[in-house]
Amino acid sequence: MADRHPLFKPLVFVGGLVFGFGLGFSHMARPEVVLNFLQFDDLGLPFVMFGAAIVSGIAFALLPRIRDAAPLTGDPYERRLKPFDRNVLVGGAVFGVGWGLSGICPGAAYASLGTGNITILWALAGMFLGAYVQGYWRSQSTDNEPAFAGAD
Amino acid sequence: MVADPVPLQLAAELFPNGISRYAVGGLLVGLGTVLIYVGTGIPAGASTFLESTLSYVSDQSRFQQYVASRDWRLVFTAGIILGAFAFAATVQSGVVSSSLYEPGSTGQLYEVAGVTLWTTDVQPWRLFFGGILVGIGTRIGKGCTSGHGVCGVGSASKTSLAGVATFLTVAIGTAQVVAALGVSP
Repeated sequence: MADRHPLFKPLVFVGGLVFGFGLGFSHMARPEVVLNFLQFDDLGLPFVMFGAAIVSGIAFALLPRIRDAAPLTGDPYERRLKPFDRNVLVGGAVFGVGWGLSGICPGAAYASLGTGNITILWALAGMFLGAYVQGYWRSQSTDNEPAFAGAD
Repeated sequence: MVADPVPLQLAAELFPNGISRYAVGGLLVGLGTVLIYVGTGIPAGASTFLESTLSYVSDQSRFQQYVASRDWRLVFTAGIILGAFAFAATVQSGVVSSSLYEPGSTGQLYEVAGVTLWTTDVQPWRLFFGGILVGIGTRIGKGCTSGHGVCGVGSASKTSLAGVATFLTVAIGTAQVVAALGVSP
């Protein structure tokens, strides 16, 4: 989509800045703090995830009533629901083992690097390796599920 | 000895660092998501970046399907990294202080050119092998803590609620077992 609005990328960048600042401020960029939640030593994490979900949920619910389409893309404000299948549970479980072992998830890993955590490059290297392995494997398998190009 | 009332004691036990840094951080994460959604209509998640960025170096069809979004996802991730750096240069460095921010005592702080940076004590093998499973799992499971946890839960998606319930439960079990085996940090 080469004809995107000139402010498209600047806006995504600013959104990323706020998002990353929030991950730093909330200490989600620190694997220790995530592990402390998972071990029930500090139950703060749900305030981050559900706090963020409530804020975005309000926008997701209100915007379609205010206008039809986003100004920078012309895309309609609509719910983009991902189809449910066994992969959601299998992938979620594999992600859960990885998250429980390392204390870090993708967005928090990018933010962690920004706070100076050079050691997190181990996790980022692992994430790219894992993403590559599953992508290679799924690209090869001929009876692939229909390609899903959703937001995440 | 005058003890705190029971509810306060309980709150201090469950939330040794308070809740304000979590709530404020969560609001900001939500605000970042909303900014992008308002302008573009895109509910942005963080883990697709892993595959979309691989499309620059691999011809595999799984990665090539993200060619159209790979540039802005790179910009999004650069924003996340720099936003966290801005946090480090201000709040973490003590240049900006707030009663809403509890600095805690995890990991190691170090200084470079007047900026207080932070690094983890969690062992590299945990980060690396955990990272591999995060890379596999988020991509097979169609999302991570931001795509499912923030955007999906925010849009009351049943798929995302099932995904979040799954990875939260499994992560809690895994972390408890790893800790019980004596692995720390």
